[in-house]
Amino acid sequence: MFLKREETMSKLVKTAAVAGAVAAALVTHTSTATAQAKEKCFGVSLAGKNDCAAGPGTTCAGSSTVDYQGNAWTLVDAGTCADIELPAMADGTARMGSLTELERDLPAS
Amino acid sequence: MSDISAEAPFRDALLDPSQAIPEGLLDGAGTPAGRRYDVYRNNIAVSLTEALETGFPAVAKLLGEQNFKGVAGFYLRHHPPKSARMMFYGQAFGEFLESFEPLAKFPYLGDVARLEFALRESYHAADHIALDPQTFAVEPEALMALTFRLAPSMRLISSPWPVYSLWAFNMAGGPKPIAGAQDVVILRTEFDPEPHLLGSGGRAFIEALAMQTTLGDAYEEALAIAPDFDLSSVLSLLIAQGALQGTTQ
Repeated sequence: MFLKREETMSKLVKTAAVAGAVAAALVTHTSTATAQAKEKCFGVSLAGKNDCAAGPGTTCAGSSTVDYQGNAWTLVDAGTCADIELPAMADGTARMGSLTELERDLPAS
Repeated sequence: MSDISAEAPFRDALLDPSQAIPEGLLDGAGTPAGRRYDVYRNNIAVSLTEALETGFPAVAKLLGEQNFKGVAGFYLRHHPPKSARMMFYGQAFGEFLESFEPLAKFPYLGDVARLEFALRESYHAADHIALDPQTFAVEPEALMALTFRLAPSMRLISSPWPVYSLWAFNMAGGPKPIAGAQDVVILRTEFDPEPHLLGSGGRAFIEALAMQTTLGDAYEEALAIAPDFDLSSVLSLLIAQGALQGTTQ
């Protein structure tokens, strides 16, 4: 297809703009990808505040009825789960997050 | 209640307190059980109200607990669930809030509800495999001709109100909203969907991509609408959140 000179220029400019934007987007992606990895972190959610967007009628949303319920999880940045400081338990023992479900703090059944 | 013809009045009166308790209800001892019906009626209203509170926490915060319960009481009677799956309850809540005369002073509530419902839809949408970033490692001509499919969990919300800021102020500790239109894209990277504010032209660009428009043409369409369109920031978002999929070919 024959293009007038300005059209050719305009197309080149746009191609360059897209190529530049893609390159910039990929650089951002590479530098943030590792930092944004998430993991399931059990035992750090406040009652009813566990990260779950499933909505009503599911066993998930707001189903944790006890603070720091051991089988409810929230998303935290990978690697920080066990570092989250939580108030000590009633008997004074330290309460830590865990990457597996915990047996403590389950609602009375 | 084996007689099917007896079910309609039983069901209809459940959501209409002005209707009389259906006749012929008996308890185990054979005595009239009208009060048990009242308990049942109340449980339905309470559980649907709780479902709405769970599903629309930002609207609930905006309205306050008492107001929300009141509004929910109207909604659940006019829009009882169409599906037994409660996770889909509340689809018409946004529309209802906009048309509900006592809330005419708060015209933005409808779009906040739409945003919250879209978050829930996104949560339940199908999983997908995000595009390999290597796809972009091609010659400029081929780059301009790339097309994509978008994640099934992606949702777009456009509002004449600062719908993202209203949501963020109530749910994520964001700053106080400033009046103005906002476009929001909901993306689900792993488990939970998140709303993201789009800059000018962002919505047009994503809509064009959704129509299988090439990257080059989608860029031009967005530029035509918004000369200050920032392609790099939208692409960063879509790539980082894994919202792009390769085409089937």
